[in-house]
Formats: sequence, structure tokens, C-alpha cells
Amino acid sequence: MNGPLHLWLIPLLPFAGFLINGVLGRRLPKWLVTTVALLAPLAAFAVVLYAAAGVYIFTHIQCAPGCPACGPCPIFHPYVETFGHWLNIGPLHIDFSFALDQLSLVMLLIVTGVGFLIHIYSVGYMHDEDGYARYFSYLNLFLFFMTVLVLAGNALVMFVGWEGVGLASYLLIGFYFKKNSAADAGKKAFIVNRIGDFGFLIGMFLLLANFGTLTFTEIATKLGQDPGWNGGVVTVIALCLLLGATGKSAQLPLYIWLPDAMEGPTPVSALIHAATMVTAGVYMIARTHVLFDHSPFALGVVAVVGAATALFAATMALVQNDIKRVLAYSTISQLGYMFLGCGVAAYSAGIFHLVTHAFFKALLFLAAGSVIHAIGGEQDLRKMGGLWKTLPVTFAVTTAGVLAIAGIFPFAGFFSKDAILYAAYVQGTSGRILWFVGLVTALLTSFYMFRLWYLAFLGKSRGENEHHHATPWSMLVPIVILGLLSICGGWIGIERFAAFLAPSIGARTAEAGSPSLELILSIAAVGVALLGWFVAYLFYKQGSERPAKLAADFPGGYKLLANKYYVDEFYGAALVQPLLLTSRYILGGFVDKGVLGGAAWLLGGTAKFSGALLQQWQSGNLRSYAAWLAAGAAAVLLFVVVPWPAVLASLTAFHFGVAGH
Amino acid sequence: MNAFLSQNVPLSWYLLLSAVLFSLGVVGFLIKRNLITVFMSIELMLNAVNLSFVTFAHQWHAVKGQIFVFFVMMVAAAEAAVGLAIIIAVFRARATLAVDRIDLMKL
Repeated sequence: MNGPLHLWLIPLLPFAGFLINGVLGRRLPKWLVTTVALLAPLAAFAVVLYAAAGVYIFTHIQCAPGCPACGPCPIFHPYVETFGHWLNIGPLHIDFSFALDQLSLVMLLIVTGVGFLIHIYSVGYMHDEDGYARYFSYLNLFLFFMTVLVLAGNALVMFVGWEGVGLASYLLIGFYFKKNSAADAGKKAFIVNRIGDFGFLIGMFLLLANFGTLTFTEIATKLGQDPGWNGGVVTVIALCLLLGATGKSAQLPLYIWLPDAMEGPTPVSALIHAATMVTAGVYMIARTHVLFDHSPFALGVVAVVGAATALFAATMALVQNDIKRVLAYSTISQLGYMFLGCGVAAYSAGIFHLVTHAFFKALLFLAAGSVIHAIGGEQDLRKMGGLWKTLPVTFAVTTAGVLAIAGIFPFAGFFSKDAILYAAYVQGTSGRILWFVGLVTALLTSFYMFRLWYLAFLGKSRGENEHHHATPWSMLVPIVILGLLSICGGWIGIERFAAFLAPSIGARTAEAGSPSLELILSIAAVGVALLGWFVAYLFYKQGSERPAKLAADFPGGYKLLANKYYVDEFYGAALVQPLLLTSRYILGGFVDKGVLGGAAWLLGGTAKFSGALLQQWQSGNLRSYAAWLAAGAAAVLLFVVVPWPAVLASLTAFHFGVAGH
Repeated sequence: MNAFLSQNVPLSWYLLLSAVLFSLGVVGFLIKRNLITVFMSIELMLNAVNLSFVTFAHQWHAVKGQIFVFFVMMVAAAEAAVGLAIIIAVFRARATLAVDRIDLMKL
């Protein structure tokens, strides 16, 4: 390695942007705020590119002597920059260190690259909003924490970023804090994430207790040295980490915060709640994959959670009428795919889907944002329609995004989704069940995305507001770039992508598949996607009364879906209400007011009573003070002058003398 | 000098006189309402102490006690000046010299 890569610059540049815009933003002119806000992620992106070049050269230097075919290196030591000790307590040594390997490099490129595009988009989208500087300072703060999370060389540094992105997410969901629903959604996201963080923390404690280190490479080394590490405690650690991942990545059972997070500005939904932050759980599982590799049970749980979430969220997306909520449920569903990919030990497929999803989901959110922007803040799909005429560019890129998410060849989503489904299928019988669930989800995905497409862009306009705002260039350029990426992003192919990632997350194990099987599965996946499109066409293009008729035929099913399976209500009744009631009556009424309040009143009363007694002394009468002074002096004098031992002795003698008589 | 402070008068008499004067000062301080009388009582106590200083100085043939007396007298003079000034200021402000009614600091 020639010279340092200056990894510290990557998080620090957005942090500088956060400080400048956060502290001075109000007083700076708008163009300067914009410049600072855009330069920070751009510069970070440039440093990432520089580091990417470094890593590329690095791997080649490493590979040349050992590997004849220059395939994946057996052991890859990530490039580590350490900035000093953080904790040094007894046997516990934790450094503040950043590590760069292929996995974090891919994530960094997504975070800073897509992040930069969304910053540009935000300039146009947030132009007339109050709190312009505040918005950008939060966005830069998010990039700071996200890059810390990605670069972390050990679990504790990752946790700092993990909590930080939660904070940034909270701030941005509640950006319109004057709106009650936005403030509530921010709190909900934060609290639900805390439950996941609890799992992450317990996992870290268990790691420390059992391995004595939190550094990812050291854990991998220790696990590799001793084949006895299997199941047991490793499973528990992996499940705790999985709980953390389900919180951050909105998986069952902690997915409930993500749909509400759509209260934030749309670019925020694109950046944080689609492309980057919510994928942190997937990243974390890939980062700690050695633990999951040693615990087949935990891996199975990951796969089942992913598949179940994918299907569950996709069914809920079918009947949503808010354009952003459709995308939110679709995000949950796609994250389920990534978990499914990780759960069948195809981490590279999961990360591949993460990358393509970042492209097309960011694109879809930004396109939805420009639709909302154009028709004056309307988010209801039922009031859109016919927008292809007024928003031709947005229509074109949305079409690319919809084709990509539906998994239609040759758009980006096809390659990654196909890789996950294939990896699931070759896992044996249970894998085929997972594959089938994934296939059904693909059908539903295709259906609800084309439903959105038909409702928003085709047909006749159903909105009362015929006045359309023009979309500024700053919003068009990012979505066009993302549109191109959504088309071409998958062309790299899973084999090359997996080979690139192999040094950091291991090569995929030998598969029982064959090219013909792969082809059949691909055709099946594209087939169901086209089927979904066709059904959506029948429902929303030809006869617009069909959906209503279907809903009328199955009122129970429709209500169940429209109310999102009553999960929020169930959590409210099963967890929140008991907690609130316990807090209000047992803890609040009895413990707080009765026990603690009573004790406080008792103490206060005692002090007050004794104070009232002693107050009599403080009469304010000068002569009474003087009298007490004199009496005190007299008492001291009496004590000093009178020879007490002698007096006492004579008194006792007198007493005995009397007794003697 | 010795003729004036006769050897025939025992030490205890001087001390007794000093104690009586001091007690008179204390009692006057405690029971009198007029600020000036209270002030005079303080002077009386100071002088009672002076008397016992002089007595002991004579008894032990030590000059220290007499020097102490000069210090006390000097401080008493200064104190009288300041005290009387305060009394005048109080009288101007409150039109009374009754100690019981000068109680602004009372809670």
C-alpha cells in the first residue's frame, strides 16, 4: 500500500458541512448553504473513489504472487486506519478504527454517490421550504454517521454510526415538526429502533464476553482457529445481532416504523428510508457473516424472517393509496429479499440486491417526489393519473424503475433478485419453499408497482388541481442518472460482483445448480413479473371498476390488507397500552405519587416542622440574640471555670455519705 | 504609683469590681431599649475588661497587659466614632432609637 488513504476524511467532510450549515446556516445566504451542502458529499465521494483506486491496486499487489488465476484471495486483510485507543480497561482494548475492504467500499460508493445525487435533488425539492439550512445540515449529519457505520473496524464504532443514523433519521422524519403526525412518526421510528439496538448491544456484550474483542477481523480469526465454535453461544449472538438488524432494516417484527417514516421530506425517504440507512441491517449481517456461518440455525432464522417480511409487506403494498406508502412497503419487501439472500449464505447476492435496490428505489422515491412536487403536494394515487404527458422525463425514468423492481430482463433488479432466488432454490427442500415465497413476492411486487405506474401516469387525470409546477433541472438530473443506473446497474452480473466481494465476505460455496436450472429459474422469475404486469393491466388499465368489485367480493381480506393486518393495533393493544397503563397507574399513581411522593412529603414535612420550631429563635430581636450570646458565654464559662471532676467527686461522696448514715 | 494602687487592696477586689462592671454592662445591653444606652453598656464592658487587664499587669509586673489596654482604648474610640455615626444615621432614617423597632432584617 502506497501511502494512507485518508479514510478519516470520508466521514469528516460531511460532518464539517453539518457544523457549518447547522451553526451558521441561518445567517448564510442560500447559495452558500447549497454550496457547502453539496460540496461535503461530493468531496467525500471523491475520497471514496480515491480509496477505491487504492484498494484496487492493493488487491492486485496481494494477489499476484499467490493466486495463479488471480481469483479471490484466501485471506484478505482489510486496509485499517486506527486513530488511537478508545477504551483501555483491563483486558479490554477497543480502538477507534476504520477498515476498508470490498464490502465497505461498495457501501461507501452507494452512500456517498447516491447520497450526493439526492443532495442535488433536494436543492430543487426543498427550495421553497423553511429550514433549508437545517435540512441540509441534518442530511450531512446523516452522511457522517452512515459513513462511520460503514467504515467501522469494530462493532462499537459501528454502533456509534448505527445510533447516529437513527438520530439523523429521527430528525429528518420529524423535519416538519409542527405537524403532529410527523413528530409522532419520528418518535415511533426512534423507539422501535431502540428495541433493535437493545439486541445489538446484548450481542456486543456477548461477543466481548466470549471473544474478548469487537474487531470484526479478530472475531473471524478466532472463529476460524477453533472449529468448536458452533451453535450455542454463537447462535445467541447471531440472533441478538439479527434483532438489531430487523430494527434498523424494518423487518418482521419491527418493520412498523418505516411506513410512518414517510412523513419526512421525500428525498429523505429516498436516501435514508430506501437506499442507505435501512440497508444497514443487511450490511451488518454481511459484516458479521462469520458468526452466521457458524450457526446454521441463526442463518435459517434470517432467511425465514426475510422471506416472511418480503411476502407480508408485499401484500400490504397491494392496497395502499398513498404513493409513498406503496414505496415504503415495497422497500420493506425488498429488504426482505436481501435478508433472504443473506439467510441462504449468499451474502454477495444480498449485497448485490442492496446495490441495485439503492438505485431503483432511490429513483422511484425521487420520481414520486417530483410527481408530488408537480401536482402541489398531493400523495393520493387515486387523485393522480395521466401524468405521462406533463412529466415525460419522470414518466420515462419511473418506467425504468418499475421494470427494474419488477425484475424484468435486462433491468437492474432482474439480476440481483434472480441471484437471490437462485441461491435460495439450490438450498434443498426448505430453500425451495423460500424460493417459492420469493417468487410469489415477485408476482405481487410486479403487480403493485405496475398498479402505481398505471394509476399515477396513465389513464385520465383524476385530480382537481390541473395546475402543474415545472420540475427544475436540479431534480431531473439526479433521477435521470439513477434511471440509467437502474437500467445498467445489474449488468455487471452476480459472478463478477461475488468475485469482487469474495475477499471480504467469502466466496459462495459450491452449488448443486447448473446453467440450465439457472435459465429456467430466470424465465420463471421474469414470467411471474410479466404476469403481475398483465394482472395490473387488466385491473387498472382496462376496467377501472374491477379492483372495487374484487374488494367488494372479499371485504374481509381487503379490510385486513387496507388496515395493514392490524399489526399497529395489535402492538398498541398488546404492548403499548399495557405499558402505558402500568406506567400511569402502577408506576405513576402508586410508586411515584404514593411511595416516592410520600417519602418526599415526609422528608419535606420533617424539615418544615423542625424549621418552624427553630424559627422561634430567629426573632429578629437584637436583644434576644444578645441574651442568647450572653447565656452561651456564661455556659462556656461555667464549663471551663468550674472544676467538674472535683464537684462530681464531692457530690458522689455526699451521696454515699448520706447512704452510709 | 504603687501608693495609688495599694498593696493592701487584694487582687480579688479589683477582679470583683471588673466582674461587677462587666455584668452591669451585659445587663444594660440586654434590658435597655435606647440605642445610645446599649452603646454605653458596650463601653462599660470594654472598660471592665480594661480594668482586669491593668490589674493583672500590675500583679505580674508585665507591661503587655497595659499595652493591651491602649489597644482596646484605641479601638473603642474608633468604634465610638463609627457607632455614633451609625446611630445618627439610624435616627435620621427611622426617627427612633428603640432597638426593638430596628428590625428590617427580620424574616
